[in-house]
Amino acid sequence: MTSLPTPQPNQKKLGLVIDLDTCVGCQACATSCKEWNTQGYSAPLTDTNPYGADVSGVWLNRIHGYEVKEEGRDDSRVVNFPRSCLHCETPACVTVCPTGASYKRAEDGIVLVNPDTCIGCKLCSWACPYGAREYDHTVGVMKKCTLCVDRIYNTNLEPEDRAPACVKACPTGARHFGDLGDPNSAVSQLVKAREGFDLLPEMGYKPVNKYLPPRKRRDAASSKQIALPKGDGSAMDRLFSWADKMLSGKSSAAPVKQEDYSDKLEG
Amino acid sequence: MNPAYSVILFTTASGAGYGLLALLGLVGFNHGPVSIFAFGVTALFIALGLITIGLLSSTLHLGHPERAWRAFSQWRSSWLAREGVAAVATYIPAISFGTVWTDIIHAPTLVGPLGLLTGIMCAITVFCTAKIYSTLKTIRAWNNALTEPVYLAFALATGGALMAAIATVFGRYQIFQTILTVAAVILVAILKYLYWRSIDSAERTHTMAAATGLGAGVRQWEMPHTSENYIMKEMGFAVARKHALKLRNAVFILLLITLLALAACQITPWFSFIAAPAVLIAAVVERWLFFAEAQHVVSLYYGAEKA
Repeated sequence: MTSLPTPQPNQKKLGLVIDLDTCVGCQACATSCKEWNTQGYSAPLTDTNPYGADVSGVWLNRIHGYEVKEEGRDDSRVVNFPRSCLHCETPACVTVCPTGASYKRAEDGIVLVNPDTCIGCKLCSWACPYGAREYDHTVGVMKKCTLCVDRIYNTNLEPEDRAPACVKACPTGARHFGDLGDPNSAVSQLVKAREGFDLLPEMGYKPVNKYLPPRKRRDAASSKQIALPKGDGSAMDRLFSWADKMLSGKSSAAPVKQEDYSDKLEG
Repeated sequence: MNPAYSVILFTTASGAGYGLLALLGLVGFNHGPVSIFAFGVTALFIALGLITIGLLSSTLHLGHPERAWRAFSQWRSSWLAREGVAAVATYIPAISFGTVWTDIIHAPTLVGPLGLLTGIMCAITVFCTAKIYSTLKTIRAWNNALTEPVYLAFALATGGALMAAIATVFGRYQIFQTILTVAAVILVAILKYLYWRSIDSAERTHTMAAATGLGAGVRQWEMPHTSENYIMKEMGFAVARKHALKLRNAVFILLLITLLALAACQITPWFSFIAAPAVLIAAVVERWLFFAEAQHVVSLYYGAEKA
């Protein structure tokens, strides 16, 4: 059914929390997602001409890089931005589906495509503002993030491995998985503490996945200064002071001439 | 958006077919059984042929055409499913009307009601087609109050011009056919003018800042992939929109040619053979622009500042 399930009290909403502060853009989540899902529920995630000049393929996770210039600062910072299905609470990609292949699970809110009933009309990908769905030309059906539905409930795996492949692969702990419908869950607490936000909230699809904003920047002015201990004028202190002066020699009087390598960085 | 030829053919051919079929239904409603059997059969054959070509075009371009029957199931939520149901359902009154209108089955009292029902079903189907596009909040140019009126008006204009041309061949040309088509073509021109003015002046409220949550100072730094992916190809960033203005003018010029040809039908109705192709080409160019000019919100993730 492509009509949305009626939300229950204490509705489970499984999803991801992505920390834009710690993501380093290494693509580990994207490649591990591809690796798992090309043999899992969404299998295969086809690549065409993978070793040629015009590479193309289906990926369920794409890592963008944005440059952000904050107001009142001259410099800017790079923010790595993983983009995948947000498993919205009211997703238009589900309701537009004419066949019922695209559906939202009542029990945990995961949005899936049934590859056996999808007709490949692509309308769901038009309805999604987040570009979360990629059509597989070779198989003729739509592919999307499954939240690793074949991992998270998989009793063949060790309990600690029952998490989405992207979350397991992230080397910086920038991806968190849990129940965002439970206000006491670790992910909900994290969202609360770090002021997690929705993407394109004005569109009204109520994404379950949240993003954590990059932390405020620190520099010489805003960093905590660690002051060096000052001497207390004792005999021992004067001895060290004398030793320091003797050992430093003449060179310490004049600033050390630093070689300028700035034009040699390229090679 | 990528202007796929399958959807352009689907919407224009089936639009013209439904327009023609609806007008034949109304003719039957007004006049009862058709006076020339060959005219009735030919006109119905062309109308249902255009509809069928359009529907086949959209079906054969699915990833899995053999599963197309499944698309009738989700009419409760999906306008595409509703369109599929309406399109197939229309065949029933259309063929019933055709058999009594052409007197294959003699039931003159049924011609009127079945003609009217066919006309209504045609309008519903074209309306559903337009709704598939107009309900997509992700595409501002389609999520527009004029989308459905434009689809309906184009169906009427192309169907009317076809009816005048077919009637001419069988010596059944009548002035009301051109008057009605002229009215529809003028309506198309006005609606399209208002539509383009509307999408040009509409404020683009979705921003890259809202899409990424990274504030007003955000700009694209690095692409997530080295070559174009499905999203970029389908949502049509590569399609040049630089010819849009020329093509819009081409639509208006084609509509003007249609009007002049329809006026010239007073001299000889054979001018309808200029009017019909002119308005059909106008519909194809307009539909191409409808897709090519439409910007999808996902472009915000790929460098667009506003959508």
